[in-house]
Amino acid sequence: MVTLTINGTEHVLDVDPRMPLLWALRDRLDLVGTKFGCGRAQCGACTVHIDGEAARSCSIRVGDAAGKNITTIEGVTGKVAQAVQKAWQDLDVVQCGYCQSGQIMSAIVLLAAKPTPTDADIDSALAGNVCRCGTYVRIRKAIHQAAKELA
Amino acid sequence: MWSASGWLALAGGTLVLGLLLLARDASSAAPTRRDRGLSAFGTIATVVTGPRCLNCHQAERPLQGDDRHAHIPRVERGPDNLGAVGMRCTACHSLHANNETSGVPGAPAWSLAPLSMLWQGLTPAALCRALKDPARNGKRDGAALITHMASDKLVGWGWNPGQGRTPVGVPRAELVKAMKTWVAAGMPCPDEVVMNLPSDAHGRAGEGMPW
Repeated sequence: MVTLTINGTEHVLDVDPRMPLLWALRDRLDLVGTKFGCGRAQCGACTVHIDGEAARSCSIRVGDAAGKNITTIEGVTGKVAQAVQKAWQDLDVVQCGYCQSGQIMSAIVLLAAKPTPTDADIDSALAGNVCRCGTYVRIRKAIHQAAKELA
Repeated sequence: MWSASGWLALAGGTLVLGLLLLARDASSAAPTRRDRGLSAFGTIATVVTGPRCLNCHQAERPLQGDDRHAHIPRVERGPDNLGAVGMRCTACHSLHANNETSGVPGAPAWSLAPLSMLWQGLTPAALCRALKDPARNGKRDGAALITHMASDKLVGWGWNPGQGRTPVGVPRAELVKAMKTWVAAGMPCPDEVVMNLPSDAHGRAGEGMPW
């Protein structure tokens, strides 16, 4: 049995501790806002927060996530998250949307640590989030707008 | 009748021949302590210049795989050798074990080696000097270096690197034995020779992508 704290709620799961966290989120807990992209930590679609840091849930084993605070796109809250959500809506960032929960989770981590990020900071922090629609320019613009909102 | 210059030439030739014979005698003699140390260092160099070690002893970002390609996704050293904000090593790498489903490797203390331990592009001679310099090897003396190679868990990962990666070719016990021999011989280093070692391949595959 593995106990996971997800979005503030404890879940006791009868799973192999080597199971990827993403599988537990999507298949056991129906938290499907976090996406499966590559399954190899190459694309960032499965990004969640673990103790406030961005993490690729396809490559984090549930046994390693036990005892930590896990936040998914469904549970992310606070003024940084709100500013990011508003900027994303204002600039109509999303195209197909598949990667966007991962992009947003990474953007929140960046803005929480660096309230006024440069383009280089954005590129560094979101280097692991791939967008096949090529919305990178709008993502960058939205992060700058959210930063202004938070200033 | 030979001229004076002829005698001089003969005397010179004899001297050269004598020196050559001396050199031959020296080369056929039993290996010296330094010879044994240098031979042991050859084994050590084989290990530490392999991809399992050298891929993370790079300047700005690690390499990946047996072919030493640029790390995908693009990552940076960051202020603490553990990545940039939002792209920390532990975003993907476990501090306990390799991930069997994603194929992402993991081990305790997973990290880019500190800049003081930069091995990227070093010749064997320069690498040797770096290895034994406490300012560049984590303040380790010979005994500590042996212990490091024998029991450090991140070093040990090199023999259990997970699917798709070739383990270190020299058995760990053999590496430890070579370390002991090298240390006992006073940690001798080879003379500087020009040799092409793998260098940082990053900056090619990653460029041109938005991120």
